[in-house]
Amino acid sequence: MKLESTEQPFGLLVTVGDSRIDASVAIQFKDRMRELTAGTSGRILLDLSKVDFVDSSGLGAIVAALKQLEADQTLELVALSPTVSKVFRLTRMDKVFPIHETLQQASGSCADAS
Amino acid sequence: MPPDAADCVEVDGDAEGAAPHFRMAFPAGSEAVRQALLRLRGELPRLGLAEPEIGTAEIVLAELLNNIVEHAYDPGAEGGIELECERRKTRLVCTISDGGGPMPGDRLPEKGLAATDVARQDLPEGGFGWFLIRELVEELSYARQDGKNIVRFGLGLGRPASEA
Repeated sequence: MKLESTEQPFGLLVTVGDSRIDASVAIQFKDRMRELTAGTSGRILLDLSKVDFVDSSGLGAIVAALKQLEADQTLELVALSPTVSKVFRLTRMDKVFPIHETLQQASGSCADAS
Repeated sequence: MPPDAADCVEVDGDAEGAAPHFRMAFPAGSEAVRQALLRLRGELPRLGLAEPEIGTAEIVLAELLNNIVEHAYDPGAEGGIELECERRKTRLVCTISDGGGPMPGDRLPEKGLAATDVARQDLPEGGFGWFLIRELVEELSYARQDGKNIVRFGLGLGRPASEA
């Protein structure tokens, strides 16, 4: 599971380098997110522009990654493919995570996580 | 078939005018399922499917196949999965069979999604799979035959293959 993080003026940017977050990498994803986000504060942007598929296990892992953050942190999603977007919309997780179309849009806005 | 077989038998519409379809057989493991789904992305356009139909089919198949890997077979057990998809005019009909244990109560789980308008720590991390399946399919059936689970589902497609 390829996950890379960089500090940005707006917060922490985590880029997913794999094309799928699925059952075979869900646990790795959750663990790696914990490592990358531990000790950080503020916004976390998850760049999914290289991801074309997320299954229910992957979705569960993204929710788990949110739950392991500090209460004042947000996990925001950037650049969802149409199929990934559909999974979030159907499960109503699009109401839980702030979702941005582009990184540029995400970095300019201070998303309201409510 | 032997449980470790990973062959793929592709059959496009034959001379007798059979509906375009393809078949795959692969081991019941999460990596093999991932590879099968990737291969499927290449096969579904041949049945006249386009995005977003391919994405919808991939979501349903991923959930059903991973469910077999995680629940039908005992952890670590070797087993196989067979998948057949067929284009029938404005529908895609897929049949999945496996030699694992029967569905609890000999029926498919109902869909149900835990509330998502809750405090962060109460958000559901699972239970999405059957919800997604039942939201997306037009028909869904389950049978237990000769020690095998047979799940069949249909997806509505936008237009007939001839016009796709």
